[in-house]
Amino acid sequence: MTFTQSILEALESLNGNKMRSGLTVLGIVIGVAAVIAMLAVGNGAQASITGSISSIGTNLLFVFSGSQAGPPGGPGSGRSGNNDRPLTLSDAEAIADPFAAPSVELVAPAIQGNGTLTYAGENTTTSISGVTPTYATVRNMELAEGEFVNEEHILGRMSVVVLGPETATTIFGHADGVIGETIRIEGQPFRVIGVTVPKGGGAFGSEDNAAYIPFTTAQARLIKKSTRDEVDVIFIQAISAEAVPLAADEVSNIVRQRHRTPIGIDDFTVFTQQDFLSTFATITGVLTIFLGGIAGISLLVGGIGIMNIMLVSVTERTREIGLRKALGARKKDILLQFLTESSLLSLIGGIIGIMFGWLIAFIVGKVAAATGNNFTPIVGTDAIILSTSFSAIIGLFFGIYPASRAANLEPVEALRYE
Amino acid sequence: MDLVIEARNLTKTYMMGEFEVRALRDVSFTITRGEMVSIMGPSGSGKSTMMNTLGCLDRPTSGDYILDGESVAEMNDDQLASVRNRKVGFVFQSFNLLSRLTALGNVELPLRYAGITEGRRERAQAALEAVGLKDRMSHRPYELSGGQQQRVAVARSLVNNPAIIMADEPTGNLDSKVGKEIMNLLLNLNKDLGTTLIIVTHDPNIAEQTQRVIRLRDGELDAAYDDQGRKK
Repeated sequence: MTFTQSILEALESLNGNKMRSGLTVLGIVIGVAAVIAMLAVGNGAQASITGSISSIGTNLLFVFSGSQAGPPGGPGSGRSGNNDRPLTLSDAEAIADPFAAPSVELVAPAIQGNGTLTYAGENTTTSISGVTPTYATVRNMELAEGEFVNEEHILGRMSVVVLGPETATTIFGHADGVIGETIRIEGQPFRVIGVTVPKGGGAFGSEDNAAYIPFTTAQARLIKKSTRDEVDVIFIQAISAEAVPLAADEVSNIVRQRHRTPIGIDDFTVFTQQDFLSTFATITGVLTIFLGGIAGISLLVGGIGIMNIMLVSVTERTREIGLRKALGARKKDILLQFLTESSLLSLIGGIIGIMFGWLIAFIVGKVAAATGNNFTPIVGTDAIILSTSFSAIIGLFFGIYPASRAANLEPVEALRYE
Repeated sequence: MDLVIEARNLTKTYMMGEFEVRALRDVSFTITRGEMVSIMGPSGSGKSTMMNTLGCLDRPTSGDYILDGESVAEMNDDQLASVRNRKVGFVFQSFNLLSRLTALGNVELPLRYAGITEGRRERAQAALEAVGLKDRMSHRPYELSGGQQQRVAVARSLVNNPAIIMADEPTGNLDSKVGKEIMNLLLNLNKDLGTTLIIVTHDPNIAEQTQRVIRLRDGELDAAYDDQGRKK
């Protein structure tokens, strides 16, 4: 028998029992659809997180005080080590030297703390950063209205504040038209000079819920530090995305020299965008595998459904098998006939499942968009190939036992079967 | 003489639980090409076992069986399948047509398993014409009467030009008038095409129409009857 003939005959036989074939296919459809949808959601989450990390600025490096490389509790681990020298403004200035660090474009030191913002009886606690004018550029920050902290504010230690849109909405009830208002931070009056553009959730909590004040003002009045020119973090913009690793090396060398740390035991940490990306890629990768695995179980259950139905079908068609054998069908012919049927069941289920899974992913995307989340499930070719081949394998695997049972029936017994 | 069937000392034993049942005991006979033979005997006489053995559906426990020059007794399953396909045509009491296939499809089935693709349709059509069902080819079994269904089965049995046609109670499920028609069809095929015909039956009226009767009793040839099935 030729290949097309076997397929036609199998289709005919599946068509002969529509209800049963349909229900069996449904099991595979649900399994494949679940795999496709889950992988799409996982990939979408990954893309969304990657995107939001990228929105921080693709050329971005961070320098923190404290080593993260040393063994826990050992010398140089964490910020608690007494020998760790804090990062200072002069560190930032040294990094900004274009001859020592040619790959560095801009440097923005910052000190950070929390404080309570008050306006007309409304108050909220938020993170407060003491920043320099370069901060906005380095952090990819744009203003919805007003202006950012400038040199003049720094030099004059002026009491001005730039608010994140969420913070502005919390204390004013709206984010626009608040320029010139005076709010109190920890009881001290500050004039609002700008509101930033909403960015959505970032890697370090929302940048929309924050307040930015001039570095010098923060230093002098709001955020107390042990030494005068200590900074919490230095944001660095490399000249290009490709130059980020180079910039990281240059920065490390400079700070190492300045802090006179022994080789291998840094008292600071340089973190790049790539580090964040790979960390989150790992997390979402595990998430995707987990979701896909759960969906895979339902595909497995669908496969067992196929096996079940094929066993029933073999029993039901014992006489037919006997007759075919009497007419000259070899074991191979019968085996092929039933394997074709089970494979077709899973293949049809697979195709419908892909479309269905696509639809689910699409709907999830729509729901996410409607609720204001920047999240689009991505149906990848890998997911399609994976689930199609998986369902075909399941059809074959779970078809083999019933098919070989059919092939091994004794013709005499089979013909006598009532 | 041109022998199409040569059975020597055929013995078949089954295990029924702990008991050994000897369905055939040392049976020997021959059938000449073109002969029309009926196999008779009360139930339990080994009729079915004989038919299964002669039809190559089963192997004898011991003894030799040569069908159209091929020794069948030692063959494996796939070789047996091939012999059935090429040399044996079956007609069953309950027709055994596949309900999903048309009459033509059913008749084509043995040719499919023979791996014949070219001229398959034409051969199947010719076989259906030979049994007088030219205008029923695309009907499915449930659209046909019992007699017509059995005609399809007869067409299926001869489409491969087999050496023998084994008919197991071919008229058992039909009323007497239609049964007679089927018998006439088989007789004519035997006469016109020279096909060797073996009919297993318990109906003496059927057996009477064949040239020779092999009577079985307790798994042996019944010595009380002659070749014509008459009591000595």
